[in-house]
Amino acid sequence: MSMHQDNRQHFYALADRVTSQLHAGEGFTLWLQGETSDFVRFNHGLVRQAGQVAQVYLTIRLVQGQKHISQRVVLTGQAEDAEQVSAVLLDLRAALVDAAQDPHLLLAETVNSTESIQPNQLPPTEQIVEDIIAAAAGSDVVGILAAGPVFFGFANHYGQRNWHETASWNFDWSLYSHGDKAVKRGGAGFVWDAAAIRADIAAARTQAELLSRPAHSLAPGGYRAYLTPSALGEIAALLNWGGFSEKSLRTKRSSLLKLAEGAAFSPSVSMADDSAGGLEPSFQQEGFIKPARIPLVAEGRLAGSLVSPRTAREYDIPSNGASAQEGSESFSMAGGDLPQADALKALGTGLYISNLWYLNFSDRPAARITGMTRFACFWVENGEIVAPLNVMRFDDSLYRIFGSELEALTRETEFLADAGSYGHRSSASQRLPGLLLKDLKLVL
Amino acid sequence: MFKPLIQRFRALEASVDFCSLRLVEEQSESLAVRQSVPQPIERRTERGAMITVIHRGGYGYAATADLSQSGLAAAFERAKAWAQATAGRSVFDYSKAALTHPVGQYHGPAAAAELDWDRKILMDLLMSESEACRLDERIVDWGVNLDRLDVRQLYLTSGGGEVEQSFRALIPALSATAYADGDSQTRSLGGQYNGYCRQGGLEVIDQSGLRGAGRRVADEALQLLTAPNCPSGKQDLLLMPSQMMLQIHESIGHPLELDRILGDERNYAGTSFVSLDMFGNYQYGSPLLNVTYDPSRSNEFAAYGWDDDGTPAEKTFLIRNGQLEHPLGGTISQARAGERGLDLGGVANSRACNWNRAPIDRMANLNIEAGDQTLEQLVAGIEHGVLMDTNVSWSIDDSRNKFQFSCEWGRVIENGELKGVVKNPGYRGISATFWRSLKAVGNQGTDDVMGTPYCGKGEPNQVIRVGHASPACVFGDVEVFGGEV
Repeated sequence: MSMHQDNRQHFYALADRVTSQLHAGEGFTLWLQGETSDFVRFNHGLVRQAGQVAQVYLTIRLVQGQKHISQRVVLTGQAEDAEQVSAVLLDLRAALVDAAQDPHLLLAETVNSTESIQPNQLPPTEQIVEDIIAAAAGSDVVGILAAGPVFFGFANHYGQRNWHETASWNFDWSLYSHGDKAVKRGGAGFVWDAAAIRADIAAARTQAELLSRPAHSLAPGGYRAYLTPSALGEIAALLNWGGFSEKSLRTKRSSLLKLAEGAAFSPSVSMADDSAGGLEPSFQQEGFIKPARIPLVAEGRLAGSLVSPRTAREYDIPSNGASAQEGSESFSMAGGDLPQADALKALGTGLYISNLWYLNFSDRPAARITGMTRFACFWVENGEIVAPLNVMRFDDSLYRIFGSELEALTRETEFLADAGSYGHRSSASQRLPGLLLKDLKLVL
Repeated sequence: MFKPLIQRFRALEASVDFCSLRLVEEQSESLAVRQSVPQPIERRTERGAMITVIHRGGYGYAATADLSQSGLAAAFERAKAWAQATAGRSVFDYSKAALTHPVGQYHGPAAAAELDWDRKILMDLLMSESEACRLDERIVDWGVNLDRLDVRQLYLTSGGGEVEQSFRALIPALSATAYADGDSQTRSLGGQYNGYCRQGGLEVIDQSGLRGAGRRVADEALQLLTAPNCPSGKQDLLLMPSQMMLQIHESIGHPLELDRILGDERNYAGTSFVSLDMFGNYQYGSPLLNVTYDPSRSNEFAAYGWDDDGTPAEKTFLIRNGQLEHPLGGTISQARAGERGLDLGGVANSRACNWNRAPIDRMANLNIEAGDQTLEQLVAGIEHGVLMDTNVSWSIDDSRNKFQFSCEWGRVIENGELKGVVKNPGYRGISATFWRSLKAVGNQGTDDVMGTPYCGKGEPNQVIRVGHASPACVFGDVEVFGGEV
């Protein structure tokens, strides 16, 4: 029996057990998040730490009318899980006495059962590691490889059952030239291709040669700048930190308050939550099915928001299947007219910014943000790369970056799979163009 | 209670150079009231173990929640397979790391006692503080939280090591957001990201000042709403402990982590402006700067007896009188530096965030030692400056050098006196020079114990608990700025 059948059947059996042990008037939701991941950390082209993490987390929510309480546990994958789940159910029933009525509880009452399973096509991770070490020989490659199956499940007392499983690899890495000068790359997929990683690392070696030139230091001030999709990805991630959350908008904590109040980005800016084009499961932890696409910004104007079930109940509006955090897990931004191959020429003289780093708000209601240049960023003159940049801090407003200073968006967009693994391997992604700015404010 | 697990571990066919098991059990519960509406109670239980194998110079681990004999045996085999697969292909010959076989117990404050976790009484407190936030219609959002955490850990080694540790922590939090005319200002108790996190029992609630905080915090949010922006320009800066904790964390803690200096973090969290040759001779700050790794302050969030590689924890000066002495490096990092002929010392800070992540170098309790000036004396010594309190924004470069931080709350200081409130106070600088501008250090009376549950680092990623205690401090000639005009 394959791994995914084991986990899926185990989960469905637990859901049936909970169903059979419910008292009159009780309901439940189960949310399962699991993976068997090999994580291999590299430094100096060699292995720093290698190991496997097999984990399955199950969140059990017991509901009685508008009262509910949840408990997250770790499953062992063995028969004892059934006893554990029963014990948790008893415990939750006892603790429910202390729970207050929750006016914001909203359950998915329409049954929408789904299954999506991508069979594991990966070779043993040891083989992938061998390929990487061979390709990196002689180079200072540092990064993280994650490989193996990731799965999600949902079940409730209405009989809904959802399962989503993929087996993928994600290798997020940098090739260092010297000091803090590096070329950053990454890739992910369902099938491993040793030739592709050899080609990628070879290409990075060639790019790294540009970094060996004497670095150029900039004075604070305004500069023309081209941001690659990866650099824009950092800005989009910050924007996604509550920016499109309906709850944050209603409670005036969103960075896009002014957009909500009528301000606008450039008409060339359109953004969406594009779950159909992403890697995330189609269902979320309360069992709501996500629409294929939620427009967020259309031609510069706020066009939508991410509404979790709780927010929907609180403000009496429809939910669009957002998670409790109300962030986009499959964020996309439409491209423009500039061919990516012409980006340097269009930039002329200014900054080529391949990555940004450690962004945060310097004035959230005003959508002013700060952050650092990172990795292979260059000073460009007349469309030619002249020298690598020493790191600089920018501090500028989203209304300038996506508005008054936006000169062009690249025609091509790039798909970026999130290599994050806080708690579990991320299934988030972004699809973004490059961005040409007339002026970006550097401060330190 | 751990006896069956210990027996199962001892029964493994551990035909390897070194093997350890690290069990983590955590139980947590979150109580919350938002806008005077009780939020659903959320509880979490963790239970799992990581087996680590070092064999013929290779290193491998396997984390599993299946703690049966067969589950541990399978994890052992996987860890051993990774050790074998990486032998001769690793950045370091792990057989050269002198991992020890410690025996002992450590129990943090209140960890062994019963906790009187009366949800009704506690929810009444949260509700009462929530209600107190309703000062004005311009308060548009507010919330009060109380989290509790109980942790038990077991560390076993194939050489007979057996360490049991337990910890209890409480995390109270409160914040209020005021809004008018397109501007929004949030004020909090100790930070919007749980700055008041401490080990201990219910006494932490009072230590944090949660009782009575609702009205004060909401009132301060309203004051911010009508306050002018923080003035810009170079001036003196008085940082209170709830901002000092962030300043210590980002521009001393992370740069001194030895695994970063050795390059492990370069693809993710970054490198460090500190290099191996600086220890013992680099002037990190002014002579007033004394920084310690101090697990002996047991109510701090990251106090413990042994780290996750079994190294005993003891107070160590990292920076003394401004001079850099030691890195934040555990046994393996110290051995890696030793391979390069450097004996840097280090501390017991090899830590993992949970059972499913491998230990890496982490700051733990990282503190600034108190000086001798009262808060009044600190203010009196400033002719032209700003007081900043409670971090709200943090950003620092790859090398942990160029930084920009912002706070919730500011007060102008003129001619040695505190003046009006200012909003959006921020400042920027460079770590390598900022600490040398330290002009005055507050006494114990200005000291506070803060921390964060959310320090991110590592590949795979880990969020870990960190403690920072600090007095108020004054820095000279800092670039200060306010919000968008």
